[in-house]
Amino acid sequence: GLHDTTAADWTDHVRRIRDDADETAFVALFRHFAPRLKAFLIRSGSNPAEAEECVQDVMATVWRKAHLFDPSRASVATWVFTIARNRRIDLLRRQKRPEPEDLPWGPEAEPDQEEVVQFQQDSTNLARAISDLPDKQRVLIEKAYFGELSHSEIAEETGLPLGTIKSRIRLALDRLRHAMDQR
Amino acid sequence: MKIKHHLTDDLVMGYSAGTLPEAVNLIVATHVSLCDDCRAAVEACDALGGAMVESSDTVAVSDDCLESVLGMIRTEEAPAREPARGAPRSSVLPQPLADYVGGGLDDIKWRPVGMGVKQAILPTSSEASARLLYIPAGMAMPDHGHRGMELTLVLQGAFEDEDGHFARGDIEIATDEIEHTPVADISEDCICLAVTEAPLRFKGLLPRLAQPFLKI
Ligand SMILES: [Zn+2]
Ligand SMILES: [Zn+2]
Repeated sequence: GLHDTTAADWTDHVRRIRDDADETAFVALFRHFAPRLKAFLIRSGSNPAEAEECVQDVMATVWRKAHLFDPSRASVATWVFTIARNRRIDLLRRQKRPEPEDLPWGPEAEPDQEEVVQFQQDSTNLARAISDLPDKQRVLIEKAYFGELSHSEIAEETGLPLGTIKSRIRLALDRLRHAMDQR
Repeated sequence: MKIKHHLTDDLVMGYSAGTLPEAVNLIVATHVSLCDDCRAAVEACDALGGAMVESSDTVAVSDDCLESVLGMIRTEEAPAREPARGAPRSSVLPQPLADYVGGGLDDIKWRPVGMGVKQAILPTSSEASARLLYIPAGMAMPDHGHRGMELTLVLQGAFEDEDGHFARGDIEIATDEIEHTPVADISEDCICLAVTEAPLRFKGLLPRLAQPFLKI
């Protein structure tokens, strides 16, 4: 089923890749995300061969950059989505994608475990809320992500718990800023 | 530093979805580098994208796909833990902008455009254009209307126009209807990043003549 593995479980897989270069964890992540990413990329205009090339790059990046994943600000699905989005701009539109300045990240800013658990729970709830949406509303969101619609009121119109997620991310950012000032 | 003028929801959403022109992505990324409110808004939108991928249909990948990736990662050294690149917070140019300029303030290739104003056009795709503007303290830009959207982000100093007061980190979003005359504060020379969708139309004769030369 769709929710047999929760967001928090995938977080643990990325930690195992980061700490133990664990190939079994990587293969499990691949089997879950690669077919979803391929579908996403085809829907955003790639042909199947391009989509698969992109999926390979994205998953290799997941392996290489596991240490940069911050589970107090993103679910693994979100992190994978952002890598795929950037790679798609790179490959299909042949453009650079300017990214915001990184906030320093390292052992000294190891995220608070309680924050991580709450954030990952929110992420699982968001995914569940999306699959429970009536088709008409889900199509709206998808259109916005595939560039067919500019839509600013998604949270209000669909009742998705985006506000909660935003305030949790804000808290995690404050904690990071604080850790930076202490150095 | 308290930022008062922020991105719109549409810009946040478009940045997260990856549907904006490169020049607009650049000004969004620069504002987000300075503004944790908008950073949280962008990351919340990313969460929506992630949840969509999570609940998406699947398309089977070929058998070679996994093998190729395993081949890629096995031949690599253990993943290097590159340090986060975080630039010193004191620098005038946030990292995304520094990447386009190829360094810091001293590396900007300014070209004078008259009355002490200087500009440097940044290399982006042609759907929208990005340029850095240098406006001497107390100087006014010619008043002008817009045929498209104009985004202006303050990096140093401040300016004021009919819409309000804009200091470091503030972004002004001007649309077709707006005609304005930004004036730089007298205390400090003003440096801005400006992104335009379409050429501006100036009211005075002189600026109109200069417009093709300005390339804005
Ligand atoms: Zn902001
Ligand atoms: Zn203007």
